[in-house]
Amino acid sequence: MAILTFNEATCKGCKLCIDACPKDILDLELSRVNAKGYNPVKCNASAACTACGICARVCPDSVIKVERGV
Amino acid sequence: MAAKIIYEKSRGLTDASFHYCPGCSHGTIHKLVAESLVELDILERTISIAPVGCAVLAYNYFNCDGIQAAHGRAPAVATGVKRVQPDKIVFAYQGDGDLASIGTAEIIHAAHRGENITVIFVNNAIYGMTGGQMAPTTLINQKTTTSPYGRFEETTGKPLLVSEMMATIPGATYIERVSVHDHAHILRAKRAIKKAFEYQVAGKGFAMIEILAACPIGWGLSPVDSMAFIKDAMVPYYPLGLYCDRAAQGGAQ
Repeated sequence: MAILTFNEATCKGCKLCIDACPKDILDLELSRVNAKGYNPVKCNASAACTACGICARVCPDSVIKVERGV
Repeated sequence: MAAKIIYEKSRGLTDASFHYCPGCSHGTIHKLVAESLVELDILERTISIAPVGCAVLAYNYFNCDGIQAAHGRAPAVATGVKRVQPDKIVFAYQGDGDLASIGTAEIIHAAHRGENITVIFVNNAIYGMTGGQMAPTTLINQKTTTSPYGRFEETTGKPLLVSEMMATIPGATYIERVSVHDHAHILRAKRAIKKAFEYQVAGKGFAMIEILAACPIGWGLSPVDSMAFIKDAMVPYYPLGLYCDRAAQGGAQ
């Protein structure tokens, strides 16, 4: 089971993680903005996440923490 | 149930939020440098030299001591710090306007002397901080604020191939060009950066890693399109790969 934690305050909505996600389960949260004024990223289907960590590594702002339950 | 951490923000970075624009590759490269310093257990004895450019405030982000140098003079400051404190790990973090334009003399002579420092060279083909002007590394026909009709070869020459030039200097130990446009290339860039620091720890001499990076705001592209621009436009002109590794022959000649 994968656990994704988003540090939303530092997200700039650049969408690099959304483009990189092999499962295509990340998207911007369009219903709110963070203190910087950007729509932060969110995960649509965390059950489908394999905790590969690609989103976290391509994120320039270290927004995402990825854990894998054992 | 204990969870295994696959990825979290490196302790080599401070808690400060980057001032860089959305999608800027500086953040990615900062992460790779910080992770390398932590993994080699040298963070506590590292001194960073920040350039003039967008990364001018890099000392706020690297969780180690730092100095900000005059424009293009980071290798000269790094030389001084390393010679006074040879047990410290010193790296200069420079952009293309800093290293390939005003600081060309400093970088060439630092390599020529074989200084035992590491240089992280971020090549995004534009002057980002000052508003997207043409740099020596700007591609032919690339539009910038000072080349609104594209860069013309007849008047401004071809983009400067810094890694190729540096590899011809006998004093340089390790020169490699990498990119950060996708996950696989980010991992390769990390390996190159870590190797450059390993060489400095072992006292093998001058290492420079050129990293092809994106400036989405300066280029007028979205961050995702900027990564495609690196892959399709920059990599064909700036071939990735190892340009010299003289460590096997006992360091610089």
